[in-house]
Amino acid sequence: MARVGLSKDELERYQAQLGDILEHAARVQALDTEAVPPSAHSLPMVNAFRPDEVEETLDRDEVLDAAPMRHGGYFRAPPFLEES
Amino acid sequence: MSAADLTIAAAGAVLRSGDLSAAGLLDAVRRRIAETEPIVDAFLAMDETGADSAAAAADEAFAAGTDLGPLQGIPLAVKDNMVTRGVETTAGSQILAGYRPPYDATVVERLRAGGAVIVGKTNLDEFAMGSSTENSSFKVTHNPWDTNRVPGGSSGGSAAAVAAGSALGALGSDTGGSIRQPASLCGVVGMKPTYGLVSRYGLIAFASSLDQIGPFARTVDDAVTLFETIAGHDPSDATSYRGDVPQVRADLESGVDGLRIGVIGELAGEGMEPDVLAAFERTVELLSGAGAEIKTLSLPSVEHALSAYYLIAPAECSANLARFDGVRYGLRVDGDNVEQMMAATRRRGFGPEVTRRVLLGTYALSAGYYDAFYGQAQKVRTLVIRDFEQAYAEADVLVSPTSPTTAFCIGDRTEDPLSMYLSDVCTIPSNLAGDPAISVPVGLDGQGLPIGFQILAPALGEPVLFRVARAVEDLANFEARPGLTAGEAGA
Repeated sequence: MARVGLSKDELERYQAQLGDILEHAARVQALDTEAVPPSAHSLPMVNAFRPDEVEETLDRDEVLDAAPMRHGGYFRAPPFLEES
Repeated sequence: MSAADLTIAAAGAVLRSGDLSAAGLLDAVRRRIAETEPIVDAFLAMDETGADSAAAAADEAFAAGTDLGPLQGIPLAVKDNMVTRGVETTAGSQILAGYRPPYDATVVERLRAGGAVIVGKTNLDEFAMGSSTENSSFKVTHNPWDTNRVPGGSSGGSAAAVAAGSALGALGSDTGGSIRQPASLCGVVGMKPTYGLVSRYGLIAFASSLDQIGPFARTVDDAVTLFETIAGHDPSDATSYRGDVPQVRADLESGVDGLRIGVIGELAGEGMEPDVLAAFERTVELLSGAGAEIKTLSLPSVEHALSAYYLIAPAECSANLARFDGVRYGLRVDGDNVEQMMAATRRRGFGPEVTRRVLLGTYALSAGYYDAFYGQAQKVRTLVIRDFEQAYAEADVLVSPTSPTTAFCIGDRTEDPLSMYLSDVCTIPSNLAGDPAISVPVGLDGQGLPIGFQILAPALGEPVLFRVARAVEDLANFEARPGLTAGEAGA
C-alpha cells in the first residue's frame, strides 16, 4: 500500500527500526481511554463552505509543464490496465 | 557592524531615514551569505533576480512616498517547503528536484505584498521530517555557533540563516517543534501560531492537522511583525480560522506583573541537560522577580504525547505523500505499468526517514491495527487537549525548556531514529493541542551553545504569549551572537 518498492534487505532493516519505534508508540495502548472520544483535530472545526462560484485557476500549460510527461492538455502515464 | 546584523525594526528605520537603500541592505546580506554559506549551508536555492527586483521595487516605493509596512525592503528567507512561483521548491526531497511551482504560497504572497525581499529558500529535513536538518537529501546545514553541530530541525536552514545574518527574518513550519527546536539550538526567536491562524495553502503538507507556518527572528518584536503579516483568514485553506486575528501589539510591553505562570512539571526535571535546566530555572526566577506568580502544574498526558504524535504524524504523512506518484510533478522513474512506475519513482525519490514514516503510517492506518494505534493515538490527543484546558484554568501561560539539550553533533543521532524523536518531547504537545508557543533564547551552556525558553498559551492566546516572550527577552538580556560572524570585517 505504501508503494515504496523496497528490496528484501531494506525491508529487514526497516523492520528492526520500526519495531523499536512501534514499541515506544504502543505505550499509548497502556492508557485507559474507554470513555475518551478521539480528536482528529485540535480545534473544534466544522465544514468550511464557500459560494459555488467559478474562480480563476492555475494556468493549465504552466501546471502541465511541471509534469514528467504530458500529452497535449493531459498528464501522461504508463497503462493502468493490461491489454487482454 | 554590518547592516546584515540589524533587526527588522532597526533596518526599517534606517531604510526610512534614507541612509541605506533596500538594494544596499540586500547587498550587505548577500556579502554575509557569501561569507557564511560555504560553512553553514543554510540555503537550497537563491532567488537572485526576484530579490533584485523586489529591492528595486521597495526603493521606488520609498522614493514615491509609498509605505507597504515594516517589511518593505527587508531581506527574508523562506523554508523550502513553501512554494514560490518559478523558483525551485523541493522540500529537501529528490522527488521534487528541479520543481518550479506555478504559484506562490499564501504566506509568500503576503510577504511580497508587504514589500519584503525574499533572498532564497532554506534547507530542511526532507518534507520537514526530522529534528536536525540531516535528513535533507541535498546537504547538511551547520549550526553557526559550532559548525560541527546540527542547527536543529526541521527548519534548520531558516534558523541558521537568521542566526548567521544571512536574512533578517525567516519563515519555517512547525509540525512537532520544527520552528521552536531549531530556534532554540541556533539562539534566535521562533514561534508557532495557533493552528489555523496562518494559511497552509502552498505549504507542502506533512501532517495536515499539526502543520503550522510561523516566524523566525532575532527579537520578539520582529517575530510579532512577521506574525502580523502572515496571519489571517485565507479561503484557499479550508482549515483557516475565520475570526479576527488576535491583536498582539497593544499588550506587548505590559510585562508579567500579576500574570500566573505555570511550570510544566513533567518537562522541567528528568531528561533535561543540567545547563538547560539551570537556564530555565534562572529565567523562571527572573519572571517571579518581575511580579509573576509562579506555580508548578502537572500535565500527565504530556508523557504520552510523543507516542501519540509518532502515530498520528506518520499516518497523515503517508496519506499526504501519496500525491508524489510520478504523474503530475517531480521525478518519474519509468516502469512497464503504472504501479511499477510509482513504486520505482517513490523508492528513488524518498530518503530513508520519509520511507520509514510512510511505512509506519500505512501500518498504523491499516485494517486490524487502526483502532489499536491510530484510533488510540487520537484519544490520547483528547487527553492532551483536556490537560492543557485544566492547566489554563490555573495559569495564563505555561513554560518549559524548548529542547532537552543544546545543539548535538552532526551524525550523533542519525543511526537511532528514536533518540532523534526524543528531541521534540517539549514541543510536540502544543501541536497536538493546536495551541501557540514560542522559543526565546535565554543563555549559553558551558560549551557556548544557546539555550531556548519555551512559552505556551491557549489557542488564540498570542497576545499573552508575545507579552511574556517580550518580558523574558528583556529579563534574560541575551545578546550573544555566533562567533562565526563576530570577527567579520565591518561592511
